Amino acid sequence: MRFLNVIKVALRALRRNALRSVLTALGIIIGVAAVIAMVSIGNGAKSQVEASIASLGQNIISVFPGNFTTGGVRGGFGSASSLTVEDAQAIRREVAGIAALSPEMHDRAQVLANGLNWNTSIRGEDVSYLDIRLWGLSEGDMFTELDVRSAAKVCVIGKTVAMQLFPDADPIGQSLRIRNIPFKITGVLVGKGFNFFGQDQDDTVIIPYTSHIRRIARRPNLNSILIQAQTPGQMARVQQDVTDLLQQRRNGREPDFTVRNQQELAEAATATTKTMTVLLGAIAGVSLIVGGIGIMNIMLVSVTERTREIGIRLAVGAHGRDVLTQFLVEAIILSVMGGALGVLLGVGASQLVSKLNNWPVLVSPAAIFGAVAFSAAIGVFFGFYPARKAARLDPIEALRYE
Amino acid sequence: MPAIVQLEDIHKVYGSGEVPVHAVRGVSLEIGAGEFVAIMGASGSGKSTLMNLLGCLDRPTKGRYLLSGADVSGLDRNQLADLRNQQLGFVFQGFNLLARTTARENVELPMLYGRRRFASREIRGRALRSLDIVGLTDRADHFPSQLSGGQQQRVAIARALINEPQILLADEPTGNLDSKTAVEIMGVFQKLNDAGITIVMITHELDIARYCQRNLVMRDGRLVSDVPVGDRLRAPAELQRILAAEAKAMLTA
Repeated sequence: MRFLNVIKVALRALRRNALRSVLTALGIIIGVAAVIAMVSIGNGAKSQVEASIASLGQNIISVFPGNFTTGGVRGGFGSASSLTVEDAQAIRREVAGIAALSPEMHDRAQVLANGLNWNTSIRGEDVSYLDIRLWGLSEGDMFTELDVRSAAKVCVIGKTVAMQLFPDADPIGQSLRIRNIPFKITGVLVGKGFNFFGQDQDDTVIIPYTSHIRRIARRPNLNSILIQAQTPGQMARVQQDVTDLLQQRRNGREPDFTVRNQQELAEAATATTKTMTVLLGAIAGVSLIVGGIGIMNIMLVSVTERTREIGIRLAVGAHGRDVLTQFLVEAIILSVMGGALGVLLGVGASQLVSKLNNWPVLVSPAAIFGAVAFSAAIGVFFGFYPARKAARLDPIEALRYE
Repeated sequence: MPAIVQLEDIHKVYGSGEVPVHAVRGVSLEIGAGEFVAIMGASGSGKSTLMNLLGCLDRPTKGRYLLSGADVSGLDRNQLADLRNQQLGFVFQGFNLLARTTARENVELPMLYGRRRFASREIRGRALRSLDIVGLTDRADHFPSQLSGGQQQRVAIARALINEPQILLADEPTGNLDSKTAVEIMGVFQKLNDAGITIVMITHELDIARYCQRNLVMRDGRLVSDVPVGDRLRAPAELQRILAAEAKAMLTA
């Protein structure tokens, strides 16, 4: 039988029980829609995490102090005060392939200005910090090399701090007091929002690291060193060179520092969302299989109902293969149409979710293609048994069937 | 007259259980090309089983079946299907048309399953010619549910004819029809037979059997009688007689 005819006959058979066909396909529709919606939401979350990691800057390597143990009490990660400005300068001097470097200090303090006060994070950084973090200023300027060298009392402030301390005044040129020391505000940073740890990145005051060491923290040790490699390809080597250099500078003592790169951080952060996406997709996939069983069920009913028709076709010369093809095509049409409707529903649902909840949603063509291919495969798989049952009917028995 | 059907000691045993049913017990039979044969017998006499064997819907347990001189007793499922498609035409008691499928499409059905591919125009043309033979060209686009019993049976006959088979096999073709329509159908058969088609028909009605040339009677799986029809009825004359009787009944009423 010609293929066009097979499709015509299959469509006619499906139309004859239109409601039943739609209800049968509903299993696949819901399954495919669920897979697409879940994977889209998962991918959206993943891309958001990736974007937030990218916003930390490119090709970043961080050096942290190691842990500090005294009298058997282990202080935990970063507790040692072993990282010095000299370490940072040595790295800058001796390691090739570094685009920028910023020694980092970090503290929290109460900040006063404009008759208001606010507890915020005080970061000591080098001038290149904003370039490394791909961060810009909405107003004013960054402090200068000279400010860093002279440990000047200047700062740039995050958007949140600006809003809290200067709700209706221009902060540029004003001063704020950190631990009773006045700092002149030279710039306001562009809003960067929350990072993927849920911290408000705009709730910060950035001052030269030299000023931080001398005036705020009053200790010589750095909290970390932020390094940017020139290219992604150089990251591994730079990381190794930094490790070797610092080790060498410690003259064979136990290593009291840790060198990490952004890649590790990104992998750890995306691993969670990846697991989540796979899990959601798998659960939705189960509903696809349930839909497939629904198709098998209805195809079995259909074969029984149409036993006489099968008998007629066999009597006038249809081969078993012709009957098999016909029922298989019917099952595939059911599942593929279900798949197509499911794609529409799934894409629609993900858009709706993204609108209503303000979640990032990423509809991937791979998910769409995969879901449709999978539903066709389900049609073949679950349609095969009923179709084979039909093809193996005895023409005499089938003709006699009431 | 060359034999188109030759049965040599055909047996059919059903069931492999404890009580096998011996439905056909050694039938030998020759049917010549162009014959019009009626097979009669009580229910359970094995006539339907014999018909299924003749129609290549079933295989004999024992014996040889030569169709147009070729042994078909050992063919497989698909080879039998091709034989049914090309050399045999079936007409059933219950018409067995596909519902919600037009008369023309029903007639086209065997052509769709032929091993030869035809252009759809060719298929359509042959279906219409076939419908023309049974006088139903104007009903080509009707669905079976819109046709009377007699018309449905004519569609079934047109379907049986489309691949120009040598033999037409009819299983109680008039069983579901009133007597006047039955005579009309017998008229169609006689016309086809006059044109050279061999017809084998099952019936349990003696007067229907009288339209045939030869009557076989089966009992307990064996042929017990094989006689030519002496006073053969011709459908047109009978139809005239029925119409006249009807008219007379109308007048007297």
